[in-house]
Amino acid sequence: MNFSKILNSLSDKEFLEKKGSRRNSFEQFKKFGKGAAIASIPFGLAATSKSTKAATASMFNMSSAAVQQNATDVLNFALTLEYLEKAFYLQGLDSGVIPTGSDEDIFMKISEHENDHVAFLEGALGEDAIDEPEFDFTADGTFDPFNVYAQFLALSQGFEDTGVRAYKGQAGALANNNTLLEYALQIHSVEARHAAQVRFMRGQKPYITQNNYDSGFPAAAGDPIYAGEQNTTQGGVELAGLFDDFGGADGVTEAFDEPLTKDEVLAIGGLFIV
Amino acid sequence: MKNKKVKVEEAVSKNGNGRRRFLKMSGLAVAGTGLLIGCSDDDDFNPENGGGPDPDPDPDPEPFDLGSGNLGILNYAYALEQLEAAFYQQVLDGSYWMNAESGEKQFIEDVRNHEVIHRDFFKTAINAAVSDPTLVLPQLDFDFSSVDFGSRSAVLGTSVVLEDTGVKAYNGAGKLIDVSDQAGVTYLNLAGKIVSVEARHASRFRNYVNPGSTAFANDDVLTSIDGVGPAFDKALMPSEILGAVDNTGFVTTEFTATNLPTE
Repeated sequence: MNFSKILNSLSDKEFLEKKGSRRNSFEQFKKFGKGAAIASIPFGLAATSKSTKAATASMFNMSSAAVQQNATDVLNFALTLEYLEKAFYLQGLDSGVIPTGSDEDIFMKISEHENDHVAFLEGALGEDAIDEPEFDFTADGTFDPFNVYAQFLALSQGFEDTGVRAYKGQAGALANNNTLLEYALQIHSVEARHAAQVRFMRGQKPYITQNNYDSGFPAAAGDPIYAGEQNTTQGGVELAGLFDDFGGADGVTEAFDEPLTKDEVLAIGGLFIV
Repeated sequence: MKNKKVKVEEAVSKNGNGRRRFLKMSGLAVAGTGLLIGCSDDDDFNPENGGGPDPDPDPDPEPFDLGSGNLGILNYAYALEQLEAAFYQQVLDGSYWMNAESGEKQFIEDVRNHEVIHRDFFKTAINAAVSDPTLVLPQLDFDFSSVDFGSRSAVLGTSVVLEDTGVKAYNGAGKLIDVSDQAGVTYLNLAGKIVSVEARHASRFRNYVNPGSTAFANDDVLTSIDGVGPAFDKALMPSEILGAVDNTGFVTTEFTATNLPTE
């Protein structure tokens, strides 16, 4: 995607120089919930399960990805991740694996936030909220986060960094709903604060360099969680060679966090869902 | 370009406390910043001179306006990144940083790098997006003399303010981006990629100021939504952000933001 080409093709001068046009208001999306969902999905199929999407897609002879993702889908996706984080921290705090003192205080604060994020999303979705999945944070015996603190910390970092990338990946899907977009941004930056804090507690920089993760971080999680973070092209412009005195390519990769698609996130989360 | 001849006396009297403010939401400007915007063909018509041309180059140049629509938002982001980059450059020229503990020192250098990258990225992006370069926010001038760059607490404290402000600004700007075309979607995604990095900076700085605490994301900085929380970062409108920045006195180049989107 050539940045300047795209921008120039939009009758650049006229487009950018005119007074900002009022966005077409997709009024039905301003109020999320039952009404909005039915209005935008064919035949009132409000479920978001893969099988339903596939069935719908085949009915209309289109790829499943093309089945419109509406606000309810996005919020339920966010809720899935928040359920995961909420459960992880509650179990962690309950297990005694977290040292008392400042570490415990910090995770209690993070836990509080995730509880609030769940409560907020459940409230927003009402009866459209998906049920909380059942989680296994050992990933079927691969990890031992509630006995080994280093593993708890690593998974925490992973979940927070994934959360940042997940919300980021949904900005486009929420773009036509000012209210929801803003709420998502307000949660997204808190996950980034969490991520930075936990990374610090693990002796890591608060931001992500290339697609790197440290040796204490399990590769099975690290690879998918940090995949794509090595990107140095932004808006179609290759930035890697332009900042040799300002961190070079490493600096460029740190300066921008990259989104993950819903499928990529669900693949990561899926490791921990029974 | 409109020729709004500035009534200098009026502007000064409105700003009677003598404190220089860069931001004139009303479009009036205080003279003497030295920032000249090329508008010479309009200077031929000057009602105060009875319609004749000005004998001298316009001594009260109209301040730069950020613009409207997505251009305005991009220039807004560019202004904030210029501010951050300039601040951290000064930090790196100061005695606190020179003698800081190595992890802290590296972190601040990294932050400086990131803000320079953000700033220069916006400069490139906005220049690529417009055919008229006078629509791109010029290089702003700053005055950080109120900050003691030899003091760790002053530098870290100011950094926290700047980073938290950046988070609130980007969070509030997202909805203002017009996404009715691919370029707007691109801008939204770019803003999203940057804001989380600012939040990482903010979190880490807050931790340096208050180690071992929940300051990275405590009730001071976060807010509630619909009674739930505090668990959310704030999202503020450009007028609030620019007002706060104005109050710091850091920005000495006049500019206006009279045409930014409000929804």
